[in-house]
Amino acid sequence: MTPQADDELWSAIAEPSRRQVLDLLVSHGEVSASWLAERVPFSRQAVSKHLVVLERSGLISRRKQGREVLYQVEAGRLDQAARAMAELAAQWDRRLGLIKRLAETAHAETRGDRHDE
Amino acid sequence: MPGLVIEREILIEAPVEVVWRTITEPDQISQWFADRVDLVVEPGAHGYMEFGDQGGPVVVEVVDPPVRLSFRWNHPRGEEPGAGNSMLVEFTLTPEDAERTRLRVVESGHELLAWPDAEKQRYADEHQGGWGEFGDRLATLLAKR
Repeated sequence: MTPQADDELWSAIAEPSRRQVLDLLVSHGEVSASWLAERVPFSRQAVSKHLVVLERSGLISRRKQGREVLYQVEAGRLDQAARAMAELAAQWDRRLGLIKRLAETAHAETRGDRHDE
Repeated sequence: MPGLVIEREILIEAPVEVVWRTITEPDQISQWFADRVDLVVEPGAHGYMEFGDQGGPVVVEVVDPPVRLSFRWNHPRGEEPGAGNSMLVEFTLTPEDAERTRLRVVESGHELLAWPDAEKQRYADEHQGGWGEFGDRLATLLAKR
């Protein structure tokens, strides 16, 4: 069946606003919540909520620097997410490949062609 | 389309009716998908698919021969699948000519379907490539590390 990327991970990434936050973290490294809030079309409060969810899923971590809290992506967890998505895609590629073979064989047979590959 | 989890396609050297039979007839489905398939391909039909020692319920949504088939799966046993608790699989068959068919499959997750339409639209505008692109980008970034 579908590979088990755990639910928390999926739901963390699936929400579009969170994806935007995550995208920014992936491309900019370590940044603060205020820095993020200036670059997204939603409120600072929403950014904070998304950061909480992302942190809970293990996709990001935080560290205090002086008075600021900085967030960054957790490569291992992100890698797990990317792999899970790649695995889902590969699974469908395998299934589509099988469908192709079955349909082409059936078609060749109905046309009376020999299909001895 | 917004919020896609997975989107794949393949070109098949067979007419659309042949491809349709391959994806809808239970004895065919068991050759490319599940090990055992107990399913009637009719809108609203409840079925079951077995994968080795695992298995789960499947509910057919759209049956529009020979161009569209969709079903939901991966919902908790005993629950009716809906936008909030399952994965939606949609097959689209497009005849390229009399002998060739393009088959596309989209599998999307529950979180994505539960979004309000306005948000889906906004997301679609901002992320043309959807999930596939995000996945590719992640993979690229990770490969560089």
